Amino acid sequence: MAEFRNASTALNRRRLLASAAAVTTVIAAPALVRGQGAALKVGVLLPRSGAQAGIGQDCFRGVELANPIFKSIGLPELEIMSADTETNVEVARSRAEKLIADGAQLLMGAFDSGQSSAIAQVAEQKGIPFVINIAAAPPITEQGYKFVFRNFPTAGMILSDAFANQKEVFAASGKEPKSVVFLHVNDTFGMAMKNGVGAVMPKFNMPYEIKETISYDPTARDLSVEVSKAKATGADALLVVSRLNDAILLTRELVKQRWSPMGILSMGPGWYEDQYLKTLAKLGDGPLSFVPWYDPNKKLSKQLEAALEKRYPGVNMNTNHIYTFEALLVAADAYKRAKTADPKALADAIRATNITENVSTGPGISFDEKGQNVKLKNAAIQNRGGKLVTVAPKGATNAKAEWPMTAYDKRR
Amino acid sequence: MPADIYLNVAISGLLTGLVYGLMALGLSVIFGVVRVVNFAHGEMMTIAMYLAVVLFAHFGLDPLVMMLPIAAVLFGVGYVLQLTVINPFISRPEHSQFMLMVAMAIIIVNSLLMIFGPDAQSVQVSYSFDSFAIGRLIVDATKLYAGLAAILVAAALFAFFKFAPLGKAIRACADNYTGALVVGLDVKRLYALSFGLGAACVGAAGAIIVLIVDVTPPLGPAYTLLAFVIVIVGGLGSMPGALLGGVLIGLTEAMAGLFFTPSAKSMFAFAILVLVLLFRPQGIMGKRLT
Repeated sequence: MAEFRNASTALNRRRLLASAAAVTTVIAAPALVRGQGAALKVGVLLPRSGAQAGIGQDCFRGVELANPIFKSIGLPELEIMSADTETNVEVARSRAEKLIADGAQLLMGAFDSGQSSAIAQVAEQKGIPFVINIAAAPPITEQGYKFVFRNFPTAGMILSDAFANQKEVFAASGKEPKSVVFLHVNDTFGMAMKNGVGAVMPKFNMPYEIKETISYDPTARDLSVEVSKAKATGADALLVVSRLNDAILLTRELVKQRWSPMGILSMGPGWYEDQYLKTLAKLGDGPLSFVPWYDPNKKLSKQLEAALEKRYPGVNMNTNHIYTFEALLVAADAYKRAKTADPKALADAIRATNITENVSTGPGISFDEKGQNVKLKNAAIQNRGGKLVTVAPKGATNAKAEWPMTAYDKRR
Repeated sequence: MPADIYLNVAISGLLTGLVYGLMALGLSVIFGVVRVVNFAHGEMMTIAMYLAVVLFAHFGLDPLVMMLPIAAVLFGVGYVLQLTVINPFISRPEHSQFMLMVAMAIIIVNSLLMIFGPDAQSVQVSYSFDSFAIGRLIVDATKLYAGLAAILVAAALFAFFKFAPLGKAIRACADNYTGALVVGLDVKRLYALSFGLGAACVGAAGAIIVLIVDVTPPLGPAYTLLAFVIVIVGGLGSMPGALLGGVLIGLTEAMAGLFFTPSAKSMFAFAILVLVLLFRPQGIMGKRLT
């Protein structure tokens, strides 16, 4: 057999050590490079088709606006890997797994509590940080997860502020509803809010009683029966937890069935969204939404609002844009401080977040040991002439609430 | 609860049920003659709904006015589909037909998603928010017009099958395939005509229902399922059965929502289906096969 071994190719201890060092350097280099300036790969999971498509698409506007603003405030750019959850919990789970397999170093999403819960399980199992943009079901941050963070109020927080703000609106107008009918979607968020109403409302000594609670499917095509049933209770006002399509359907039915309640008190999405305002025009005015909102006086709020107006003229800034943007803000801020995309270091950095220059109402963004931002505050907003005005809490308003709202038959 | 509420909800359910019935009528016609189960039925209806949306958005044409032109377009689509794609599958095993129709359904849903996107689209005609008040009774104007239009189309179809020579020929074809061939009927063309008529029914139903329901591409499979429930309850292949099934399901959903909980509406429709399958498997107006 020919002997090819010679001095230059022979493997000895010194050569082996040198080779090992070279290989280690090559393998480690991408991590070092990533830590030094490569964009963090963020898997964005949103319901961009299916029943929540309109809201999912709206949330994505917050994603589109993020990078240029981050650049202007000295935060690192993010590499967005987008996935559509199709408004389906199982699809959300599988898309999260695929994003991680494809190299996502952090997950963000998913607007809906059910879908966010599924993604949280995947993120925790794989050890990848997950920053929730919008999802209010309390259990998500009650599981002892180490990689899940939520910069959005829980159902209890939303409800507490909602009842306080409602009392403020009633007091300002001097008119109180004596009874309401509670209409809510029967998805994860809707059920969490329903349970929350039962637990939180008694603490606020509200002037009204709930005459009847009516739940419905968020994908329902016709809500005439629901509105007939609600109307039959003779309640003064409507308390609602809904989504976008059903909010439009409910309004149509209210008009058709010639029922103008004192007002609509919404504690969820749908009623303040652009598609709602555009579809219903004058008939879209009046509903009060008690929602996580933004502080119009903050510098970053003005910057985000200007960027939104430039890219999408005529689109009102809303919860979807604000909290999706802020979820990415948390990611970029943590990546800057962690200086690495290592998931554990990134999660530790998120846990140590202390952002005071933000968009949403309240003192800023930080997380408790459960990964929940407990400092968030909610506002009361009202649809007025196709625009949204803030009517509570005191000190953060730019208009007075119109309560009771103008009857539907007086607007046409 | 005031008594008028029951009547309001019953009328609303009845009117919606009539449109459901018209949609299911198409499925029944196709199965009754061609003996192919159209698993793309709801998806074909969404095509009609989108046609109505586009015609309204771009030309301001009322879907009720455009009902016949849209039905004609769907007739053409159904006719060509039957002649070119479905006809070769007529003599093949049922699972082959099933796969073909399901594939067509998937293609339609995804094509609509690519063209129109996932957002719900609606038609807001001048009477979208109108209603008629008769004492304490309130009737939704769009549902009333939709229900009347459904009755008109169904009546025209019944008259066609009862009195027109072509309709009689199609019925002969459905009753006895070999006999129809023996007397010299062009069965292939009659099958295509039948499929076209079924598609026209669903086209008219789509143009009507878009007044009541916002359209999204994933709506198709839900309506295919609903059409099946209706025709099985009414009797597969029976035209009056399809209308009756539609009305029954519409009423059941509405009244179940009122008496129990609205989120369980569909459950009651399926409960009726189970009862019919248990006690009258051929459907309320179907003929028992010997």
